[in-house]
Amino acid sequence: MSAVVQAKAESRHLLSGNEAVARAAWEAGVRVAAAYPGTPATEILENIALYPDIYSEWSVNEKVAVEVAIGASLAGSRALAAMKHVGMNVASDAFMTQSLAGVVGGLVIVVADDVGLSSSQNEQDSRYWGRFGHMPILEPADSQEAYEMVKRAFDLSEQYEVPVVVRMTTRVCHVKAMVEFDGERIEHRAAGFQKNPQRWVMTPANAKPRLPLMHKRDRKLRELSETSDLNVVFPGGDRRIGFVTAGPAFMHVRETFPNAPVLKLGFSCPPPLEKIRAFAGQVDTLVVVEETELLLETEIRAAGIAVRGKDILPRFGELAPSVLRPAIKPLLGEPWEVPKRSQTSVFPRPPTMCASCPHLGPYFALSHIRNLNIIGDIGCYTLGAGHPWNALDTCTCMGASLSMAHGMDKGRGESDEKKHIVAVIGDSTFLHMGMQGLLNMIYNRGNVTVLLLDNRSVGMTGGQENPGTGEDLHGLPAPRVDFAKLVEGLGVRPERIRMVDPYELPTIVKLVREETRMEEPSVIITNRPCSLTDRFERLQPYAVIDDQCTGCGNCIDLGCPAIFVARRETVTAKSGKSKELVFARIDANTCTGCHMCVETCAPEAIVQPQPQNRVIRIQPHA
Amino acid sequence: MRDGITNILVVGIGGQGVMTAAEMLARTALSQGYDVKKTEVAGMAQRGGVVSSHVRFGPKVYSPQIDPGEADLLIGFEAAEALRWLPHLRPTGVAMVNTLRLPPPVVSAGLYDYPTDPIADLAAAGIEVHAFDAGALAEELGNPKLVNTIMLGAISEHLPFPAEVLKASIVEGFRAYKPKLADVNAQAFDAGREAGHARATTHRSAA
Repeated sequence: MSAVVQAKAESRHLLSGNEAVARAAWEAGVRVAAAYPGTPATEILENIALYPDIYSEWSVNEKVAVEVAIGASLAGSRALAAMKHVGMNVASDAFMTQSLAGVVGGLVIVVADDVGLSSSQNEQDSRYWGRFGHMPILEPADSQEAYEMVKRAFDLSEQYEVPVVVRMTTRVCHVKAMVEFDGERIEHRAAGFQKNPQRWVMTPANAKPRLPLMHKRDRKLRELSETSDLNVVFPGGDRRIGFVTAGPAFMHVRETFPNAPVLKLGFSCPPPLEKIRAFAGQVDTLVVVEETELLLETEIRAAGIAVRGKDILPRFGELAPSVLRPAIKPLLGEPWEVPKRSQTSVFPRPPTMCASCPHLGPYFALSHIRNLNIIGDIGCYTLGAGHPWNALDTCTCMGASLSMAHGMDKGRGESDEKKHIVAVIGDSTFLHMGMQGLLNMIYNRGNVTVLLLDNRSVGMTGGQENPGTGEDLHGLPAPRVDFAKLVEGLGVRPERIRMVDPYELPTIVKLVREETRMEEPSVIITNRPCSLTDRFERLQPYAVIDDQCTGCGNCIDLGCPAIFVARRETVTAKSGKSKELVFARIDANTCTGCHMCVETCAPEAIVQPQPQNRVIRIQPHA
Repeated sequence: MRDGITNILVVGIGGQGVMTAAEMLARTALSQGYDVKKTEVAGMAQRGGVVSSHVRFGPKVYSPQIDPGEADLLIGFEAAEALRWLPHLRPTGVAMVNTLRLPPPVVSAGLYDYPTDPIADLAAAGIEVHAFDAGALAEELGNPKLVNTIMLGAISEHLPFPAEVLKASIVEGFRAYKPKLADVNAQAFDAGREAGHARATTHRSAA
């Protein structure tokens, strides 16, 4: 068990924000926690799972996670749901109404915004949800605050019978900093569900009387925000500029302008406008530093307080000291020149698929078949849009591949008439929000070829479990969905459900060709595990026999990071055309012996140098 | 170092142990009574991308990030990655670089060039550069995973606390969780410490 799990009060630990949230949830007496993996929030549930006193689960999506937490709350338990920013969009249907009905056991939603967009499809500001859903927001600036605020959030949630949002960003979730524990677990017993249809059955007749109550609650929360000790003034001698800020932006402001007064908002929604007004009166110019949209700024301005903010600061990305200095120094009459430094120009190193990644086979096939529109989804396979495959044409949101592909089929333009529409989606994304799209396509007699890339893992977030892997959050055996039966149940004809070993390149190329020509939906399901998980078995590496390599470059097209270009040669063919030959070599440390490249090599130049006594083939999963 | 704060940037490629090395530095600094923050951007880094881990420690640390031009020490686990992050180093900074070259697929495919001599480029920028082949040392000691400890040994004489403190912290960690690896990591640390003395110059040696 982790040392943190067993740690006593008054001990100090170097913890990420996510680890701090987990410890706080345990201390707060949380009984149920649910999440769907998503960077940068994934480790919250992974760490909560270490505490045996908490029931925790990977839910199939964020909406389900929040609903699980709501159910637990109505039973009187303290409950937590965690997700990345885009997960809030999925979950919003649940909390928008529950916020109206209210909660019983403390209900906290921890949302992690990917400010700076390191691993997401967009950058969005989750603070809007507090305004939209009438929920208070607490914004920690580091691990210690994440620890303290999560505990406070549960008390607040129960006192005001409202879901409370704890808004984190990557620079809280993934920053390790010191945390001092001030307590251990305090049990909060669940009183059990108290039936009360007028309260919990949100029909129009029951929901309507809740509206004035919700607005009354808003007013009380506003009063609380004005007096909350989470909204603190840090005095400073240089009163030319006073900053209003929250979250990690506070740290950047403090770092950059150590002598300026700062009003730090820990309880940022609803904002303490009178406190801000009083603070503004003590400084020459009020500047709001908020990540990322101009939200507080708009509210402060609407309250009649003069304020600067996004007129000088960017509306996206992190407001790091290197961003603050050039934006704010001129306001102080101190022009800031970017210091001259050595500039370097180094090639890009984009993320790529791994050696023996089971997605390499399907992308090799897709990149070799013409006349396809390939509608993608969220996962490692999104990398198929990159070099050398260039075989993914869209990526929007979780599960969108099937429904967008269906729409593209129905809305075909003239130039698409001869094109086949392909949707590519992974196992976990399919279960998250993809199956509805397939059901819709079948029901509406669409025609899309679906590549369901089942690698038995939530790959991009680090190999978490899902209902298709056979294990749960705790690594315990769990019922495993049968994808072939599932898609058949949704209405795909059994003849059009094709299981394929993605390492068998000729087979998968043939299958994709066949199925795209069919006038009905097909689902091609791959069956090799993610090569970064324990389910993958590493075999003896291959090598290229130099003398036999003809320089055709076929193996390079696979995109395997273990295969390198050894040398290039330009030769002139008999026709007089010049042609570039690309000779390959395989890095033995990276190669895992999956044999996919062997299938691309006509001259049989790729071999295992020292054949093993016994031949082990990686078994595809059933 | 400014305001008593030490800024260390550890850089490399996903899977090389960059984050583990940074964690060791952060924990050791914490044990010395410093306020510590460590941050990295690693979301998709596991897929062969760039990893940079920032470690800051001192009396009180606010921002977890090291701004361009503010790093005191740069630990590069790969030669071109060290060069990529050169603008983050102070003019008075020290770069400790593993000479390993790992060209990504885009280079292998001929779309981009790998710098001919990234170490010479670093040295030409006027900073203090130390470079050696940490992989070869690790091979000599019989375990390629020792690169991590070797690099920490190499930087250990540039820290505001004694090298022995970092060494003890690493070795004790192994003794507690993987006792069989404790001694070899102690050797790796010393080997790195010795190798780290090699100062790179702008001119490649004629030998």
